[in-house]
This record gives sequence, C-alpha cells and structure tokens, in this order.
Amino acid sequence: MAAQKVPVLKASHLGIQFGGLKAVDDFNMEIGESELIGLIGPNGAGKTTVFNLLTGVYQPTEGAYYLCGDKMNGKKTHQVVEAGIARTFQNIRLFKKLSVLENVKVAMNKDMKYSLVSAIFRSGKFWNEEKETDERALELLKIVHLEEKAGYIAENLPYGEQRRLEIARALATGMKLLLLDEPAAGMNPTETAELLDIINHIRDEFGISVLLIEHDMSLVMKICERIQVIDYGVTIASGTPEEIANNPKVIEAYLGKDED
Amino acid sequence: MSILIQSIINGLNQGAIYALIALGYTMVYGILRMINFAHGDFIMVGAYTMFYTAPLMVSYGMPPWMAVLLAIVVCTVVGVLVERIAYKPVRNSGSISALITALAMSVFLENLAMVLFGGNPKTVVKIFDLPMIEIFGAKIQMKYLLTLGIGIAIMVILTLFVQTTKLGKAMRAVPQDREAATIVGINVDKIITITFAIGSALAAVAAMMYCSTYPRCTTDMGSMMGIKAFIAAVLGGIGVIPGAMLGGLIIGLIEILVKVYVAPGWYEAITYSILIVVLLIKPSGILGKNVGEKV
Amino acid sequence: MPKKIKINYVINFIGLLLLFAALYALFETGIFGTRTDYFKGIATTACYTIIMVTSLNLLVGIMGEFSLGHAGFMSVGAYASAILTNALAEKGVPTFLLFLLALLAGGIAAGITGVLVGIPTLKLRGDYLAIVTVAFAEIIRVAFTNFEITGGGRTMSGITKLSNFYWAFWVMVVCVTIMYMFIRSRFGRTVKAIREDYIAAAASGVNVTFYKVMTFTVSAFFAGVAGAIYAHYMTAMIPTSFNFMYSAEFLTEVIIGGTGSMTGSIIGATFLSALPEAMRAFAKYRMLGYSVVLVLIMIFRPGGIFGRWEFSLSKVLRRIAGKGDKE
Repeated sequence: MAAQKVPVLKASHLGIQFGGLKAVDDFNMEIGESELIGLIGPNGAGKTTVFNLLTGVYQPTEGAYYLCGDKMNGKKTHQVVEAGIARTFQNIRLFKKLSVLENVKVAMNKDMKYSLVSAIFRSGKFWNEEKETDERALELLKIVHLEEKAGYIAENLPYGEQRRLEIARALATGMKLLLLDEPAAGMNPTETAELLDIINHIRDEFGISVLLIEHDMSLVMKICERIQVIDYGVTIASGTPEEIANNPKVIEAYLGKDED
Repeated sequence: MSILIQSIINGLNQGAIYALIALGYTMVYGILRMINFAHGDFIMVGAYTMFYTAPLMVSYGMPPWMAVLLAIVVCTVVGVLVERIAYKPVRNSGSISALITALAMSVFLENLAMVLFGGNPKTVVKIFDLPMIEIFGAKIQMKYLLTLGIGIAIMVILTLFVQTTKLGKAMRAVPQDREAATIVGINVDKIITITFAIGSALAAVAAMMYCSTYPRCTTDMGSMMGIKAFIAAVLGGIGVIPGAMLGGLIIGLIEILVKVYVAPGWYEAITYSILIVVLLIKPSGILGKNVGEKV
Repeated sequence: MPKKIKINYVINFIGLLLLFAALYALFETGIFGTRTDYFKGIATTACYTIIMVTSLNLLVGIMGEFSLGHAGFMSVGAYASAILTNALAEKGVPTFLLFLLALLAGGIAAGITGVLVGIPTLKLRGDYLAIVTVAFAEIIRVAFTNFEITGGGRTMSGITKLSNFYWAFWVMVVCVTIMYMFIRSRFGRTVKAIREDYIAAAASGVNVTFYKVMTFTVSAFFAGVAGAIYAHYMTAMIPTSFNFMYSAEFLTEVIIGGTGSMTGSIIGATFLSALPEAMRAFAKYRMLGYSVVLVLIMIFRPGGIFGRWEFSLSKVLRRIAGKGDKE
C-alpha cells in the first residue's frame, strides 16, 4: 500500500480526566486507509473510554484527534458519525423494539432527504426514497447474513446475530472508520469465525479502516495488522502481532508481575 | 425593616412546611425512583384527622396538638396500605406505570375524602396557643419559629438515622442495586414499607404545622401543596435529605418575598422558573450528585 | 405509491365517510329529541380530546418521554386563537375561513411555545422532564391569569362559537392522519430509535436533540389546535381549567388506551369523554371508581388496554372477505 499522506485517523496526545483521575493519558494513534488495528488491554484499562473519546461521547480534556485531517474535537456524536466514524457497543445497544430492517434504516436517516410535508402527503419522493433505503439496507443485511430476518424484532434475535446487526447498522452510516468494541464477546468459535469473515469482507468491499477492541487474543493476533496495548489509560506497547506477543510489558500487564 | 423580618419568618415557616412534605417525597424517590403523587394527599388525611381529633383531645383536657399522635398513626397506616395495595404490584412495570398509579391514588384519596367528609372546608381548632414576640419591632408568631425548629430537628434526626443506623444503611443500599441488596440479606419489601411509614408520619407532622398556620382543611389541599413540595425536593436535590430542607425553605422564602415585594400574582411563576433554571444548570438539584449514563 | 397501500387509503376514507354519515344521520333525524345538542356536545368534546390524547401519545408512546403539562399547550392554543378571532370578529371574514385561521393560530402559537420549552428542557429525561413540563404549564397558567388580554384572572367570555361537531370531526380526522403519517415515516422511525436507546441513536448519526424538539413541537402544535376547537366550542374559559389535573387526565387516557397505540388513544379519549356524562347519576363515586379502575389496569395491563396494537379497517375487511393473505 502506498504511503498515506493524511491518515484516516490521527490521535495525538489525547487524554481525559474524570475528577482527578486520568482515565486516558497521552493516547497517540495513526490509522491508514483500510488498515485494521487492534486495541487491547486488561479490564478497565480505558479501551472503551478511547472509543467514547473518538465518537464524541466524551470530550477530550487534552490533545486532539483528526479524521482525514479534519479536527474532530468539540463535535457531538452525531456530527462525528456524519464526518465518518461509526461504532458498535460492548454491551449491545440495538433499537430493541424496532425491526431488524428499521434498525439499519435509522442509521441511513441522515442521508434521507424527504421533508415532513412529503411524509404527511405521501409524495412520490417519500415512496421512492423509502424504497431505495429498503434496498440498500437489505444489501447491508446480506453482508452480515441477516437478510432473511429483516422483519424480525431486533430483541428476538439470538445474541450472535444481534452483534452482527450492530455491525450492519454501523455500516449503514457510510463511515470511513469503523470502531468495533469487543464484537466477538460471548460468541462461540463458529460464530467468531463467521464474524472474522464478515470483518475481512467489509474491509475488502468498502475499503474502510477498522479499529478493534477485543479480549479474544487469538482473534486479534489473526486479523490485526498492528496492535496497540494500553493499561491504566497509558499506551504500554504497539507493533505487529508478533512484537506484541513477545513484549514483556504486555505479558506483565495481562498476567501480572512475576514475583519470584 | 420590620416587614422584611416578618416576611422572612413567614417564608421560613411556609418553607418548613414544604420541607417536611418534601422529606417524604425525597425518601420515597430516593429508594424507589418514583414520584409518589399521593404523598400530598397524606397531608390532607393528616389534616382531617386533626380536625376530628383535636377537639376530642381538648375535651379530655389534653393540649390539642396531641392529636398529631393520632394523625401520625392514621397517616402511617394509609401510607403503608397505599404502598402495599397499589404500588407494590407495579413496582417492576416501569416508571410511567408507577407514576400513573400514584396519580390514581391521589385522585382516589381526594375523592374518598369528598365522599366521607363532604365538599365544605372544615375549620380546625387552634393547635398551639403561643404568644407573639417582638424582634427589632417585627411581630413574630412563636408557632412559626416552632415549625422551623421542628423541621430542622426532624431533618437532623433523619440524616443521622440514614447515615448511622443499620436500617438507614439498608435504606441507602436498596436504590443502588435492589438485587444485590437482597443477596446480602436486606428485606427490600420491609425497607420500602418502612420508608413509606416514615414519609407518611412526616406528612402528619406537616399537616399539624399547616393547620396551625392555616386552620382550614379541604379535600384538595394536598395536591397543589404536594407538587410544590416535590419541586422543593427536586430543587434541593432529590434523594438528599438536607436538599429537601434547603429546597423547601428556598421555595417558601421566595413565595412570601415575591408576594410581598415583587408581584403578588406572579409568585408561583417565579418559583417554577427558578426550578427550571436550576434543573437546566444542574439536573440533579442544588445538593444532588450528577450521575451520567455509562456507555 | 404501492397499489395495496393506495387501496387501503381509499378503504379507510370510505370507512370514515360511513362513520360520519352514521353520526350525521343519528344527530339530524332527531332520535335523541331534545337531547340532540347534548350528545353533539359530548361528541365534540370527544373530538378535541382525541387530538389531545393522540398528540400526547406522540411523546409518551413514540418518543418515550412523558409530559404532565400538555394542558398548558392546549391553553396557549385556546387563548391565541380566541384573541385572533376576537380581533377579526365582525370584519366580514367568512366563518369557515375564520375557523381555519383560529385552528392555525392555535397550533402555531402552541408550536412556537413547544420549541421554546423543548430546546432548553429536552436534554432532561424521565421524571425530571415530567416535572419541568408541570412547571412550564403552571407558568403559562399564571401568565394567563395575569395578562389583561386573556381575561386578567377572570373568565374570558364572548368568544365566537365556531366549532361544531361536524367540523370538529374532520379536523380531528386530519390531525390524527397527519400524526399517523409522521409516525410511519423516517421521522417517526428516528424518534422511536431515540426512545429505544438515545446513545445508540446518536452513534447512528441521529441528531437526538433536533428530533426530540421536532416531536415535542409537533405534539404541542396539535394540542394548540385542540385548544382552538375547545375555545370556540366553549366560548368562555378560565386559565385554571388548564391545570395539572387536566394534564394528568390526558396522560392517564394515553396510558389506559395503550402507549404507542393511536387506536387506544382514540378509543380511550372517546370513552373517557363520554364516561362522566354516562355516570352522572353516580357523580359522587365516579372519580373514585375511575381511580380504582386505573390502578387495576396498571397492575394487570401495564401496557394499557390495547398495548401497541393498531386497528386496521382494510385488514378486517380482508379477513371478512376471507381471501386475504393469512398473517
């Protein structure tokens, strides 16, 4: 891949304090086009906080982050999404009482144009746009193998399918950078393998970059090109999967210091 | 100057009554996350009990305020019954169901009172026979100072109770995590019942204070006062006991001062505006703790 | 437009025409004798109550927030429209146009109030929002009590009688249809998503505040329209009528019918408008019984009588014809 002048995501010295506590400190990261980066660390290391910072849920108290060179600080979540960062959640957050199809269509709302008046009078524009959106949403559902369940109510899906629906919903925003928060949590090996295929497929087809938080080390080692490890909000290592696997600091963070 | 002092004392008196009611709201909300709209009507129940029993006390040669003991018993019974019969079954059906049930209980109590006692206002006998005193030329009713004193005393006792006793700690544990509280051996049902009992007993005390200032009871006296007291609780920080006291006193003072000095017709609007402004700046109220949602 | 839906629209319109014709026949043939006007009055009350309850259901059922100050918006609509028609009285404006202007004035005034109230307050949720709506409704009530133009605390009377049942019926139909179309569009879908999970909605690119204020405004607009019907039906009103208990009544009607069910709102509102009259003989015990029933419904059917179910005339017809797709 050619060297990128402007990275898709650039975080420099990003940090946030809650009260006196630095939850994330001096976080730096660069993600190039269609790169797949893993963010790992022990429980409570601040991984999800990084995601919350990158999606405008929290505003950083230090540093800045850029999407394709544009500064994102101060933007609200929906503006960050508009700019091109989408995410999934560690504890699945679907629109439970809406149908699978509607879940995806909600994320397409920002691209829909018809006005309130069109909706009330059911103009041609209304029908056309709804139809187009249905078709696009179904295509996305096909990618995550849920097209047959488009009419189901989201909360009735089994766990693994709910996770995949969240990915489809994130895709529907038309993002440049996808943040996946423990997408394989609670999945069995078959489901995880299927998920891996989906993630690879998404990258190939859409050419997007992915930042992945994951506990399942085998998954991370298998698909990530680079890995960054944080502990207590501080980056303790970054590099290729091999480098990370052999880094004593990482082993210490995960297994604890060997006292003998 | 003397008008100012008099108004401040009047405001504090009014505020102490609100505060006593607000304490009941805050305790129930603190533990159940539910606005008990019927709480205002407990005051009405207390006031009617005073109306009927105070003359009895006098005829037996006792001071009329002793009737408050009976009022406490009646209010506690009513409060606990309302909780057991109406609120307990809807406890897990969501906040809107709980709110509607509370509204329904409020309507029920008011109309039951209408059937039992009729629609005409009743005049309560004089509860306290206390003199007026003069401070800096302002004539001040002793009973107002008494109300304020009782309010502060109850707040202090409640705070100590919740902070130090085993029961009080259990009361604080229940709203944190009801299931975990059950696991560590707290009888959640019992705690909730006790909370309602305390709240309703306070309503009886508030009813006595109200009747000593305004010796009149009507069937709908509770609902409007209840809303203002609830607003006082929210203003001070709902779930926080000193917050209820603070909120009550602020609202009482503002009401009286606006009535006397600014615009008599607008005092309610000003009270509500202050509530809105406070909530917008600090949604958890003056003394409340901000809790964000975890993502 | 898909053909099947087009047919459904036609069927529903015919159904409404038949309903209207039936009511018209009932009132005009004089079956009720001297009590005709009385029943017409109840029917008119039902019409503006339906608008109130369905518009509140937009907040409660679709947006998932509850307002305890809906009567406040109604009063804004009522007074704004009355002031307008008073100013235009005897200026030779045709009655129908005047009524239409009154409705619009009521709706717009309440809608603007909705925006003004919604922008600062809609970041609050749940009980806090509910209590702020109470506060706003009370502020509105106090203001109307003090303003000279709204009667200065006395009854504002002499408002031209413009509402009658036949017009109120069609205004109600139009209002409910518009709200229904709103719900079944990208707007309603987005608002439902916010109800389900506002954090996930924001993460899906939804401007949560914008859609909440929009829904609040739409809801307030229709409350204002209902207020305009009310003012020009009652011809006299006083700010204290639009008090907390009136707002609470609307909320209970929404919940009894079923949160999110327009059908439930319509039936609930109709039933409860007629109930006080039907039970006049037991007036003393009416509210007592009402509150007991309310508690029982909350205990045994917390989602309301109709839950989220919607009546569909075309489905019923297809079932009767027995040739419809079995679903």
